Amino acid sequence: MPYNIKQSGKGLRAKPSNENRAPVWLKTLAYGGLVFLHFPIVVIVINAFLAGDGDKAYFTLRWFHEAFAREDVMLAIALSLKVAAVATLLALVMGTMAAAALYRRNFFGKEAITTMLILPIALPGIITGIALLSAMNILDITPGFWTIIVSHATFCVVMIYNNVVARFRRMPHSLVEASMDLGADGFTTFRHIILPQLATALLAGALLAFALSFDELIVTIFTSGHEITLPIWLLNQLARPRDAAITNVVAMMVMLITALPIIAAYYLTRGTESIAGSSR
Amino acid sequence: MLPSASLTPPANPLLRWLGNTLYRKHHLFLFLLLTPPLLWFGVVYLGSLFALLWQSFYTFDSFSMSVSPDLTLENYRSLIDAANFDIILRTLSMAIAVTLACALIAFPIAYYMTRYGSSAEKGFFYIAVMLPMWASYIVKTYAWTVILSQQGILYWCINHLGLTAALNHILQIPVIGGNTLATSNLGRFMVFTYIWLPFMILPIQAALERVPANLLQASADLGAKPAQTFRHVLLPLVFPGVVAGSIFTFSLTLGDYIIPQLIGPSGLYIGTMVYTMQGSVGNMPLAAAFTVVPIVLIFIYLALAKRAGAFDAL
Repeated sequence: MPYNIKQSGKGLRAKPSNENRAPVWLKTLAYGGLVFLHFPIVVIVINAFLAGDGDKAYFTLRWFHEAFAREDVMLAIALSLKVAAVATLLALVMGTMAAAALYRRNFFGKEAITTMLILPIALPGIITGIALLSAMNILDITPGFWTIIVSHATFCVVMIYNNVVARFRRMPHSLVEASMDLGADGFTTFRHIILPQLATALLAGALLAFALSFDELIVTIFTSGHEITLPIWLLNQLARPRDAAITNVVAMMVMLITALPIIAAYYLTRGTESIAGSSR
Repeated sequence: MLPSASLTPPANPLLRWLGNTLYRKHHLFLFLLLTPPLLWFGVVYLGSLFALLWQSFYTFDSFSMSVSPDLTLENYRSLIDAANFDIILRTLSMAIAVTLACALIAFPIAYYMTRYGSSAEKGFFYIAVMLPMWASYIVKTYAWTVILSQQGILYWCINHLGLTAALNHILQIPVIGGNTLATSNLGRFMVFTYIWLPFMILPIQAALERVPANLLQASADLGAKPAQTFRHVLLPLVFPGVVAGSIFTFSLTLGDYIIPQLIGPSGLYIGTMVYTMQGSVGNMPLAAAFTVVPIVLIFIYLALAKRAGAFDAL
């Protein structure tokens, strides 16, 4: 339709520049909000570098040294890294398959399937956790490493699915048809046409899934049995205020380990219609 | 040489046949693609949810502290006992309060970054909102226990600003108060609001981004004052985004069981009730019946949100 003027696009910022000065109160509220969001994080980071004797506080790296020497800390970090890696891998396979199946064709039950994929993060974590635990009790499965993996993979699938399905939708299907017309078979087309276009979406989704799994506490408490992942270790630490110096250091490291993949995922998907990580 | 020469098809003719068959018979392909995720979600996840639901009809014998598979509706009936109903109301009112507070704080942030931020500033805001959102839940909660403690930075600031008397007055207000900030509902409310705030900012920002600028110009041209434009043009257009964000803040507060244990007064929440019933008491049937409460509340909320058009704003 030639008369249909496209209204979206630049959105609210397309106003004339002489109106583009924010009122001071709005700017204050906005930056105040950011300060509020970062204040607790800054407190943790400062505390990680502080030591005090008496009433004098000074800068130190001693707590890092002590934290790295602690076997329980290292074991918890190793377990969380392993869990996140395996869960991400499983989610990567299932999320991509689901995205490839659901992005183009409409069929009966499609809505139900997408709802089911979202359900593990839409429902509160305690429900997912206690449901999996009750199923394990019925089936007489002892909670451990693999039950953590199962629970984490369940809510990681949607991270991959969301990223990959958005990329699939932007990819013109004519490219696939052209490739087949030129004589490539299904595998060649997948390898040389589809995969290169999906690559950054897959990577971004995987980074988010990894970060999500690495930090997860609510579900893990139910499915971990006696295993101690890093978030569970931190939760246990709250009952040990004398150990607070080590807790601060580990808390800071946890934030660093998750911040890096999040920033990477943001840059990988910037400029596309859906930015990774904007919904959790 | 042609560049396409490097695109040699797989040598194995069987693979080639398989690949082409899958492309042509897309029903078969679809079926093969969907089977693993459907098996996983249908059997592992939905199976577990049904197992949980089924157990909510089991009987718990409080004398022998054991569960027997005799089906009963007693667990659901006991939800409306005064003590249990209090837990539900307490959680629900906190979830509503947190949702309102998040919306109020999030709107100016989202509005400023969409309307006035340069593209660099916008990117900065985006990352600055996303990092706390993704930062570890337990680390953020831990940070607040440090901040709110009586040796913590908040008390230090209040003392140095000479506001101790004002704080004590606030802490004496019946419902929100308590002995200290860390054991008051006010403290718990602050932590909940903090933790779920980013989940409100991003959907509002996305909704604002979609509002065409010329609508606001038209409103101004027709003589509306900024407040009128906000009330009658901007707010109705952005409201679905606010509702979309509130789905997160509402649902996440309803189901939380860590923050109510660590910060605030001792009364149970739905999450902590489920946790104790399942764990130390061993009353899985009542725990299961209690999990149905947030599920039902969230489905009611989702139905209302759908009516407000929130799903298009997600």
